[in-house]
Amino acid sequence: MTDQAQLLPGTLDLLILRAVSLGPLHGYGILLRIGQISGNALLIEQGALYPGLFRLVRQGLLKASWGTSENNRRAKFYELTAAGRRRLREETDSWNRLAAAITTALGVQPEEI
Amino acid sequence: MKFPAYLRSLAAKLFHRSQIADEMEEELGSHIQHRADDLERSGLGRAEAERRARIEFGGRERIKEECHEAMGGNFIDTLIQDVRFAFRVLRKSPGFTITAVVTLALAIGANAVVFGVLNALILRPLNVPQAQSLYGIERGSDKAINHSYPDYLDLRDRNRSFDGLAAYNVTPVGLDTGNNPSSAWILETTANYFEVLGIQPYIGRFFHSADEHGPNSAPYIVLTYAYWHSHFQDDRGVVGRVVQLNKHPFTILGVAPPEFRGTIMFVCPDFWVPLVNQEQVEGSYVLDARGNRGLLMVLGHLKAGVTPAQAIADLNSIGSYLEKTYPRDDGQMTFSLARPGLAGDWLGAPVRAFLTGLMLLAGLILLAACANLGSLFAARAADRSREVALRLALGSSCIRILRQLFTEAVLISLIGGAVGLWGSVVLLGGLSVWRPLPTVPLNVPVYPDRNVYWFALLLALGSGCLFGAVPVKQVLRTDPYQLIKSGSTVRLGQRITVRDVLLVAQIAICAVLVTSSLVAVRGLSRTLQSNFGFEPKNAMLLETALNMAGYSGDNATAMQKRMIDAVETIPGVESAGLVDRPPLYYGANESNVFTDQTTDLGPSHAAFEAMIYNISPEYFDAAGTILLAGRAFTWHDDEKWPRVAVVNREFASRIFGSAANALGRYFKKKDGTRTQVVGVVEDGKYGSLTEDPQPAMFFPILQSPSSQASLVVRSNRDPQQLTAAIKSTVQDLDAGLPITIKTWNQELDGALFASRTATVALGVMGVMGAMLSITGIFGMAAYSVSKRMREFGIRVALGAQRTEVLQAALGRAVKLLAIGSAVGLLLGILATRVLASIVYQATPRDPLVLAGVVVAMSLLGLVATWIPARRALSIDPLVLLREE
Repeated sequence: MTDQAQLLPGTLDLLILRAVSLGPLHGYGILLRIGQISGNALLIEQGALYPGLFRLVRQGLLKASWGTSENNRRAKFYELTAAGRRRLREETDSWNRLAAAITTALGVQPEEI
Repeated sequence: MKFPAYLRSLAAKLFHRSQIADEMEEELGSHIQHRADDLERSGLGRAEAERRARIEFGGRERIKEECHEAMGGNFIDTLIQDVRFAFRVLRKSPGFTITAVVTLALAIGANAVVFGVLNALILRPLNVPQAQSLYGIERGSDKAINHSYPDYLDLRDRNRSFDGLAAYNVTPVGLDTGNNPSSAWILETTANYFEVLGIQPYIGRFFHSADEHGPNSAPYIVLTYAYWHSHFQDDRGVVGRVVQLNKHPFTILGVAPPEFRGTIMFVCPDFWVPLVNQEQVEGSYVLDARGNRGLLMVLGHLKAGVTPAQAIADLNSIGSYLEKTYPRDDGQMTFSLARPGLAGDWLGAPVRAFLTGLMLLAGLILLAACANLGSLFAARAADRSREVALRLALGSSCIRILRQLFTEAVLISLIGGAVGLWGSVVLLGGLSVWRPLPTVPLNVPVYPDRNVYWFALLLALGSGCLFGAVPVKQVLRTDPYQLIKSGSTVRLGQRITVRDVLLVAQIAICAVLVTSSLVAVRGLSRTLQSNFGFEPKNAMLLETALNMAGYSGDNATAMQKRMIDAVETIPGVESAGLVDRPPLYYGANESNVFTDQTTDLGPSHAAFEAMIYNISPEYFDAAGTILLAGRAFTWHDDEKWPRVAVVNREFASRIFGSAANALGRYFKKKDGTRTQVVGVVEDGKYGSLTEDPQPAMFFPILQSPSSQASLVVRSNRDPQQLTAAIKSTVQDLDAGLPITIKTWNQELDGALFASRTATVALGVMGVMGAMLSITGIFGMAAYSVSKRMREFGIRVALGAQRTEVLQAALGRAVKLLAIGSAVGLLLGILATRVLASIVYQATPRDPLVLAGVVVAMSLLGLVATWIPARRALSIDPLVLLREE
């Protein structure tokens, strides 16, 4: 548990969008999917997911509908809207740029200056 | 894309609140179940798995709260919560709530009323199409609104700036529709009036330029909707009917639409008649006299693209042509433009100045009320500091608490605003149907419109935010731990606090109001006591419009003589005299006067302009005007004898040096007639009560007959009996003669109307200001006494004297009162200069006024501090110390 990284502010939304982009999921499923695709490297408080989900629905990036889960329970499933897909693309690009820049900056050796 | 989604979510949130809460509950529950399923698969028992799942999930209520917030619509939720809470809190302290609501209702109501009047008279244009380009034409440097008809014709035909120019005039007439002769007020207009204004008839048709073919060629009537409604019962068959106007047949052409009631805002005419029929309507025809400037006003729409400045230049070039062509009649012919409706700047300027001043005062009242409520709120916030501290300690944010306080403030101000607005709507409705003077169609429709409602709403919100903001700093400074530990600590050092400043400002404002209302009241009472140059007491005015009954020329003069003789035989009547237009009766006739040596009688060579009165020999006796030298007229001063005049002292001293010098000397009238002065009378008031001494000249009515004259009857008898006696006497002479009989004092109501209204308005403001300062000082003193009860108890226990306690308790309040009053008095003295133009003899440099303000403010202070002082003195240290 201790080697899990804290989330940077604002990145949870991006992770949710990414998780849902791979197929409709309910809340718990999203959590599992994030764990799966990040190699369980991120620490996410379970309840903290939901305000994020409601916010994304409000922004029109996700849409929700009730269905039945693999465990045969009623659950609310989320999927991307067109706007959500667009947003995911943009955010991914900008994250990549940011990450590349930070990685480069941190990787610089004294002799390279 | 984002916004509609937000709106949907907001709407869903608002309309399906419980459903959403249920769904959220179900979703979170489902999450926990899924997690528990996983944990169960890893080998835990179901109960243990669910417990674990719940713990891992985190604080469910907090998350729900965050979800609600994330969903939007939270603002409304919180608002509803805040409003509910505010209602509960306010219900718990009804005294505070009622004080605050009443204060605000009065302040906002006063503002709404003043604004309503301002809006109706000044902001709202005349109700005609394209009112923005409609202008009235004024003449000369003193902005005269009256023009002569020939001048009007030149302006109309020679200008290149207006789409058309119309002229109009107000006058009374007698109307007989078959059985009941009654008098009515009409607008006499040029026939193009309705075309120029672009008004369409409601039924029938209007008269047009094509209807005019010289004197008495257009005997037509267009009714106002109101008159048609009240006198013809909405009868559509009225079109084409012939009625008797001053005994002449006139045809009713049509009815104007309900929203159009002429081009003078404060006059509601009964109908319109073409000006070319002036002889039938007014009894004399002066439309061909270029020098005769009655009350003919001119207005028109500017052509598209023509600026007012261009139009003025255009008019002025016509003016200089007129000056050159008609040097005898046309003096200074420069022109300016003004908004029509308030008779140009003649009435418009003082009305505007007065209403603006009143609006300012009303604004000050609202400010004072806000200052008042601000300190009340601050005091309340201090009292509630424990509650605030508790809420802060329990994790509420500062913003949330401030929001709550603001909600309370705005709620109070909205309730107060609603009550105030309701009151002002009632009052404005009453004002709109009010006809202050029975004989004149004076009436101002000041029905509130959307502007007034918006204004009141804005004021309410603004003042709520204003006084709600006062305790902000206090709340932000609150340190919950300190407060809960040590109880409320009140710092009452010598530091000047915001509340002190507010109180001083408020008292200063109130002192301004009190000063101005006292100045106005004093001015009015002086006006009433001043010398009018006649004695209105014990005098009746009998108005006989002989022209309305078909008399004219010698016929009229003979009838007048018979009336005087008949009235003088009534028992108790001391004297009766005729005057063509009583002094102080809505405007006066004036004419140029020349010295005897002057040969060129152009306007620029005139000695001065003097008031003209045509009177019968007994007039001075009847009016109570004192003859200083020489003689009054006799019935022998008729057309066969040399022209004579009686002048007033001002006239005599201006042209002959002194009253004694004037007797037997000559002057020239405008038409060149040499006139001998045979008598000199005292000065008086002629045009208005506020005028400087004016020269006046009196001519024998036999040498210049007038069919429109009032009979002044002096008698000690009871006015009602006398009225009946005069009526029957006159009707014995001619049963068809329309007459109105009033006491002269009633007649003067018209002349005093402006200053009375101003005085009442200012008086109301002054009383409101005084009430506000009482509550303000009371609140402050009561609060500081209640906060320092323990301290006073200790002081008394240690042997403090009553005076010392009193000083400690109220010294500050009294000091603030003194400072505020002094500042207010100074400001008031500066402000009342404006008043001088409306209320005659209104001067703040009057020891009585100054003393009055000081006494009034001291009294206010005494009343306001009485109860707190009693409370401070009644302290029993034993009881107090035991309780705390």
